Amino acid sequence: MWNYEKRLQFPVNIKEPNAKLAQVIISQFGGPDGELAASMRYLSQRFATPYKEVAGLLTDIGTEELAHLEMIGAIVFQLTRNLSMEEIEKSGFDKYYVDHTVGLWPQAAGGVPFNANQFQSKGDIITDLFEDMAAEQKARTTYDNILRLVKDPDVCAPIRFLRQREIIHFQRFGEALRITQDKLNSKNFYAFNPGFDMCECCDK
Amino acid sequence: MDNKERLLNDINVIDFALVELTQYLDTHPYDCNAMEYFNHYARIKNQLMKEFSMKYYPLTKDLAESNKEWRWGMAPLPWEGVCC
Repeated sequence: MWNYEKRLQFPVNIKEPNAKLAQVIISQFGGPDGELAASMRYLSQRFATPYKEVAGLLTDIGTEELAHLEMIGAIVFQLTRNLSMEEIEKSGFDKYYVDHTVGLWPQAAGGVPFNANQFQSKGDIITDLFEDMAAEQKARTTYDNILRLVKDPDVCAPIRFLRQREIIHFQRFGEALRITQDKLNSKNFYAFNPGFDMCECCDK
Repeated sequence: MDNKERLLNDINVIDFALVELTQYLDTHPYDCNAMEYFNHYARIKNQLMKEFSMKYYPLTKDLAESNKEWRWGMAPLPWEGVCC
């Protein structure tokens, strides 16, 4: 169950539209390391997680990623507001415009549509947490790359906020991995899926 | 910043502390100092959410009690931003 709050997690108030930048930032909406993939990754993985602390963290971070998806949507929406036809043609936004006008659609900057193959839910919490830590780093790098292309301070501020959240989530997932590994059996540390293999195994 | 924006900004700031504390407490469930911070900010957020709803519009549907018009539906959309 979820509750919605009618506000953004961090304010987005962009005065100057910029269709070229919108085409880059949309990658964090539906791209391979974007917020939609992040949210779906964590909210899917939590079901097969045997430890409630870790499942709770996946729920809370997966929920925050939805707030980030909304922020990215707000950024792209405001960057493409009141565009003239000349701007649409000149900026190269015409290829997106022809299929979606200025509606939000989850795709990568290169036009590749959102796809569940962009994340994994492996049913093994150790495997999944390693993926999650990598995912936070990949998203952080994407925000670094975006920040090199952004000059408008109205766009910089929310993107910087989102970048910082990737760093915190990486830290929290590292702690979740430590909690998980602390619960493993020292004799069977590597060849063991704590969510699937019988629990008796850990005591033998 | 007018009064409405200032109050909304306070809610954003306090809720950010709560998001951060929630995730920290998920992996540090026995940290009493963090729990004290959490309880403190959760109380303030509750008060500010009620105040904002009474003065302007409801931010959650729990606070959307209405009689003349459906206040939840009249609230502005968060992605609109300041201009236009």
